[in-house]
Amino acid sequence: MRTAFWLAGATVLALATPALAGDTIKIGFVSTFSGPTAVIGNDMRNSFELALDHIGRKMGGKPVEVIYEDDGQKPDVGKQKTEKLIQSDKVDFIAGYIWSNVLLASLKPIVDSKTMMVIANAGPSQVAGELCSPYVFSTSWQNDQTPQAVGEYMNQKGVKSVFLIGPNYAAGKDMLAGVKSTFKGEIKGEEYTVWPSQLDFSAELSKARASGAASIFVFYPGAAGVQFLNQYAQAGLKAQMPLYTAFTIDELSLPLQKENALGVPGAQQWVNDLPNEQNKKFVADYRKKYTGLRPTFYGAQSYDAAQLIASAVEAVKGDTSKKDEMKAAMEKASFKSVRGDFKFGKNHMPIQNFYLQDVVKDADGSLALKTVATIVKDSQDKYHDKCPMK
Amino acid sequence: MLLVVEQFLNGLQFGLLLFLLAAGLTLVFGIMDFVNLAHGSLYMMGAYFAATFVVWTDSFVLGCVLALGATLLLGILLEFVALRHLYNRDHLDHVLATFGLILFFNDAVRLIWGPAGLALPLPPWLTVPFQIMPGVYYPAYRLAIIVVALAVALLLYFVVMRTRIGMLIRAGASNREMIGALGINIKLLYTLVFGLGAALAGLAGLMQAPILTVQIGMGENILILAFVIIVIGGIGSIRGAFLAAIFVGMIDTLGRAFLPDLLRQVLSSTAASTAAPALSSMLIYLLMAIVLVVRPEGLFPAGRR
Repeated sequence: MRTAFWLAGATVLALATPALAGDTIKIGFVSTFSGPTAVIGNDMRNSFELALDHIGRKMGGKPVEVIYEDDGQKPDVGKQKTEKLIQSDKVDFIAGYIWSNVLLASLKPIVDSKTMMVIANAGPSQVAGELCSPYVFSTSWQNDQTPQAVGEYMNQKGVKSVFLIGPNYAAGKDMLAGVKSTFKGEIKGEEYTVWPSQLDFSAELSKARASGAASIFVFYPGAAGVQFLNQYAQAGLKAQMPLYTAFTIDELSLPLQKENALGVPGAQQWVNDLPNEQNKKFVADYRKKYTGLRPTFYGAQSYDAAQLIASAVEAVKGDTSKKDEMKAAMEKASFKSVRGDFKFGKNHMPIQNFYLQDVVKDADGSLALKTVATIVKDSQDKYHDKCPMK
Repeated sequence: MLLVVEQFLNGLQFGLLLFLLAAGLTLVFGIMDFVNLAHGSLYMMGAYFAATFVVWTDSFVLGCVLALGATLLLGILLEFVALRHLYNRDHLDHVLATFGLILFFNDAVRLIWGPAGLALPLPPWLTVPFQIMPGVYYPAYRLAIIVVALAVALLLYFVVMRTRIGMLIRAGASNREMIGALGINIKLLYTLVFGLGAALAGLAGLMQAPILTVQIGMGENILILAFVIIVIGGIGSIRGAFLAAIFVGMIDTLGRAFLPDLLRQVLSSTAASTAAPALSSMLIYLLMAIVLVVRPEGLFPAGRR
């Protein structure tokens, strides 16, 4: 009798659990948490957690549960983890993704299951164009946008010619295409390297020197950016061929790049010193919560991703089955972005400013990134015409 | 023309670096018949030791010498504590145990030095480009790698071909049972060979460190190349490892340097620039496949078994 009682109790509890699960907002977050680029994933997770702290870890009155999954920087692993989050965890939102190739591999299960998605970094041209989708948003950029801004800056500086170097994967191709679309000088050559295994760029640097170009443009995220800058400086090219970069120098790579990065310009939609209140709060609280670390643009985008999700859930008061209402709320981009105000294009990619960032010595002698100027205002990606969404 | 000279030097430098790594591997594999997947971890440890000691001693050369000694000791300790008990097991056990060691070293490094990686800055006298001939500049540090690696190769040649230890090592590579039967202390010889291999891997790691970053798992990609080299060169053969390493270094670098331009003659520019890196990284494995078909024992095998 007593056993039967307990069994009945247990059954009721077991039945009750799924009902309870519906009372939380479940977010799946896919990023890289192992291997040499795990530092990027950690920064994204730190920032996402900080954003949850700032909104009281509740959205629309419901507690938030985040499931972090490691893609190991591999497209096949990323796809598996994405499917797991959708099918077995049944998440309401999916966010994250550093790498364009991982995102492209993972996109189909997300779009097919109509899961709400916020991309926090990767910006392959396909997602802005023909593969755009009603429930897919981005708080970062389309890959071409940042190098387009670098190209504009090089025009402003009157650079005559350039040699392009980048990794041979989806983002690398978009980046070099981006510079080429705005830079008005001569392209003396372009080289693609094996990604992510090739870390020695001697052959490419020799070719750049031999090409006689006036400058070099590179895109090397993560540790590869440290290695490239090392080898660029050792080859003595710093005095001969000025370097222009996209996503190569950030707060994670700077402590390793040190003096090599001084005076090397880059473009970014977010820099740690942007003068808006939300950003000041983000940077200050990040440095307080994670002592010794500084947030990067990856983190800023993840922070915004959490805010964008929160704005959607608030709009439907926690009822995440109302997807079209959430979509309408997100399209307004009404939250306080750490990059300042921005709009979404009809393909759900941000229309935003890009700033020139430079590496300078802080008051206390440490190296820091600093906003120098606005290169372009309200930049929209060039693929939005290919997106069939209205 | 100047570009060809520069790329040739790049290939030579990469090849010599690979040789240091492959030499240790081929000695351990050839003489002790022991498959050591953790060789890449020793390469990583060499780099981490150097990055630490250079900061401590405030001298690049002294730090590197200390790091070399530390890797040698680590190799000997590793052999003594863990690997010596595995010699009589089959290769699968070697692979399992040394794979476990890779995980162990990666996490040990994460605990001690943290996940973010370290930088090993060069002293100013090594960062200036060096004029090798009129109009051709080459990074002084890469030249230094070429010089050091060639010196080590010569030293290794002298030790292996001209000394009693070397004679035992060569004998061990040809017939292990026989030198044991002749009353040679094979255990000591094994410890010595393993320590030497570790030191060579450490040297490769610490010399590569200023070019790349010192990071967890840095030895894993390059270890695959080292295995390819000892397969091409013939297992247990230092001479084979040397020639195969230079060969692989040249193919890799020259392939990357000139294949895109060659492909552009037949393909469109964008297709060529994306196909070329993929193709040039395949070349090495293609070479290995051909060698395996034509001469399964390698190009320069270390005597008959």
